[in-house]
Amino acid sequence: MISDVVLAAPEQLLPARQQMAFTLMFHIILVPMGVALPALMLIANFKGLRRNDPAALKLARRWSHAAALLFAVGAASGTVLSFEMGLLWPGLTGRFGDVFGIPFAMEGIAFFLEAIFVAIYIYGWRRLKPWTHFWLGLPIPFIALIGTFSIISANAWMNTPAGFTIGADGEPTDINPLGVIFNKALPYELSHFIVAAYMAAGFTVASVYAVGWLRGRRDRYHRLGFLIPFTIAAVLTPVQFAVGDTVARAVFKDQPAKFAAMEVVTRSGTNQPEVLFGRYDSATDTVKGGISIPGLDSYLAGGNRDTYVQGFNDIPVDSHPSNVTIVHSAFDVMVGIGTVLLLLVLWYAIAYWRRRDVPHSKLFLWFAVSAGFLTYVAVEAGWIVTEVGRQPWIVYNVLRTSDAVTATPAGTLWIGFTVVLGIYLLIGVGTVLVLRAMSRRWRLQDDTIDESVPYGPRLTALEEPAVVKEETS
Amino acid sequence: MTTAEAVAAVVLATITIYACTGVADFGAGLWDLTAGGRERGRRPRELIDIAITPVWEANHVWLIFLLILTWTAFGTAFAAIMTTLYIPLALALLGIVLRAASFAIRKDAARAGARHLTGWLFGIGSVLTPFFLGATLGAVLAGRVPVGNAAGNQLTSWFNPVSLATGLLAVLAGAFLSAVYLVAEADRRGATDLRDYFRVRAMAAGVGALIAGAATLGALLADQREMFDRLMGRSWPLLLLGVLALVVTFGLALRGRVRDLRLAAAFGVAALVGAWGVAQYPYLLPFSLTISAGAGATVTLQWILVCSLVAVLLVLPSLGLLFTLDQRERVGEDPTTSR
Repeated sequence: MISDVVLAAPEQLLPARQQMAFTLMFHIILVPMGVALPALMLIANFKGLRRNDPAALKLARRWSHAAALLFAVGAASGTVLSFEMGLLWPGLTGRFGDVFGIPFAMEGIAFFLEAIFVAIYIYGWRRLKPWTHFWLGLPIPFIALIGTFSIISANAWMNTPAGFTIGADGEPTDINPLGVIFNKALPYELSHFIVAAYMAAGFTVASVYAVGWLRGRRDRYHRLGFLIPFTIAAVLTPVQFAVGDTVARAVFKDQPAKFAAMEVVTRSGTNQPEVLFGRYDSATDTVKGGISIPGLDSYLAGGNRDTYVQGFNDIPVDSHPSNVTIVHSAFDVMVGIGTVLLLLVLWYAIAYWRRRDVPHSKLFLWFAVSAGFLTYVAVEAGWIVTEVGRQPWIVYNVLRTSDAVTATPAGTLWIGFTVVLGIYLLIGVGTVLVLRAMSRRWRLQDDTIDESVPYGPRLTALEEPAVVKEETS
Repeated sequence: MTTAEAVAAVVLATITIYACTGVADFGAGLWDLTAGGRERGRRPRELIDIAITPVWEANHVWLIFLLILTWTAFGTAFAAIMTTLYIPLALALLGIVLRAASFAIRKDAARAGARHLTGWLFGIGSVLTPFFLGATLGAVLAGRVPVGNAAGNQLTSWFNPVSLATGLLAVLAGAFLSAVYLVAEADRRGATDLRDYFRVRAMAAGVGALIAGAATLGALLADQREMFDRLMGRSWPLLLLGVLALVVTFGLALRGRVRDLRLAAAFGVAALVGAWGVAQYPYLLPFSLTISAGAGATVTLQWILVCSLVAVLLVLPSLGLLFTLDQRERVGEDPTTSR
């Protein structure tokens, strides 16, 4: 796997890439909850108000508290990412900061606004008139979409850089911020990710209530808690299939090296086979194992078997995609999970069409429980395809990752990475425990004041009485 | 004023806001940490919890803004600072993550042991972050950050008298300010013992901050004469104003005037940050990189100014709405119906 090119890379590259990958893959777990959970909660809120349905309102309220907790953890993990842009990749921010920084500035504004409106929404549960409260919450999903737009724009720019030229001194000039923002990959990356975020949030939230169903809790509360998110995710699953197909064909055109890695194309040519899984051997430049379907890759890329697909042999050796097996396997996992989810959705659709009800079989529910986790695996796999698939470039065909990495001693970076691993483990475990504690508390006492979340209002119970009481006792 | 200088002013304003909202918050974490055992420290901790809880962990959004602004407008300086000062910045970041995580989790942690642990992490984070952000500032003040990818010394760039004194100053100034707030909060609640408790601590931290400030100046005199001369030559009115305003906050706290107190504190912090900005002008990295030499493309700078304006127009009214609702709740809520 490790080619000569990788061995010649600076020793800082490995710890820096590992840390960036780890922190991004952690952060991307929280992102769907920030992007899509507010929409789910507002739908439940609307339903609750419209039909005067206390179960829906209770769901909305609880989802808003989970969203606030995850938002707080996401804020911390987002702070880490912005530090890392400089701590690990000074060659990117130092030289290209003024090229691709604007989308990040937009994201900063959107993020701040989202934090404020999430806080208002949490505050508002008992203090605002119900409809006022709903309308004040309504901006949240749209602000979240603006934030997603900005971050995906910056990422898409790394895949299909535009809006500048490299001057004679090797530095970027003629910067055109609109060209940067609206780069080629933006439309397809953005639509692919937004749909993925809604699917991940939808299937994951639904899976919580599917567990409840399996344990025999089939009241209206659990029914709605399953149906609202699951239906949204189910409707989007076939959409994602079409979007994903478009993305693959766009990557084939715009980022041929990444496409070659996704499909392990070693030799350029027409009538390329589609290889499912298998292992790429860089020493012999061949694929070992896997199932080969003749001509399918060419067909998927260009609509017929005569489509010419570029292989590794047409890419300069020093620009060969690194980690081909990882990228290829991740792509297959993502597509495979998408297919499995489509089957689940078909099952649901057929049962609903025939009996106007959710399938009652235990198998379906188990399947639905696993869908949340599977979608997340697909999201992570998609991240690997787009980020690892771009290597050895940090900005495709413009800046090498090895030229962007910090010159801080590698030993220091390894120590930093180790600390990051430890802290994130703590945060991850802590967050899961708190979410479980929240759910347990909700189940035990259904009418508790569940206000105690970050960004929530101060605890009134603790206010004046707490201090005064202490004094008198 | 050139476009680059206008953006530099926006950067300075962002630092000021972050300092105003963040410094006292960090200080509260320090008092939480030093409040003693579970029983002994319960009452001060309770007050800290009540007073600080609404202070928002999203304050760090200003820090994120600051980072984005700096790399977009002044990429060269950003890369130089972030790489030479990897160690203090990584430690400051560690503090932020510890604080944020424990803050988020503590409010929901059911068991006393878990609460204790997260409170402890919160306190440690609250000391780490201001100290190492201060040390970073000190390294820039001392002119120890050269242009380049980790071109400065990884250790001595920040492990030197100027940086360490600045770090200490940041911690103690925060401890002073938050103790001052807590005096007023205790006063408002009629808890006289806690009022005295935090009054003593405010005085101690205030004296400590003055000593640390003097030590910073002394270290600059010995280590970086030019910066010392600039601080004493052009920035002395701002330094004086800043210190005076912070002394006034103490007086206001003793009279229990919370709103004036916040204004005076913000004014004091702003004056001190301003003193640094004025002294350092026109350098981004004293004394090797100027604002004009380090600035990015003009079109990007113009976009930044537009973005900043949009941010002000959108964020301020929203924040205003949030605070109005918060105030209303404080005034109008009936504790019997809200349970």
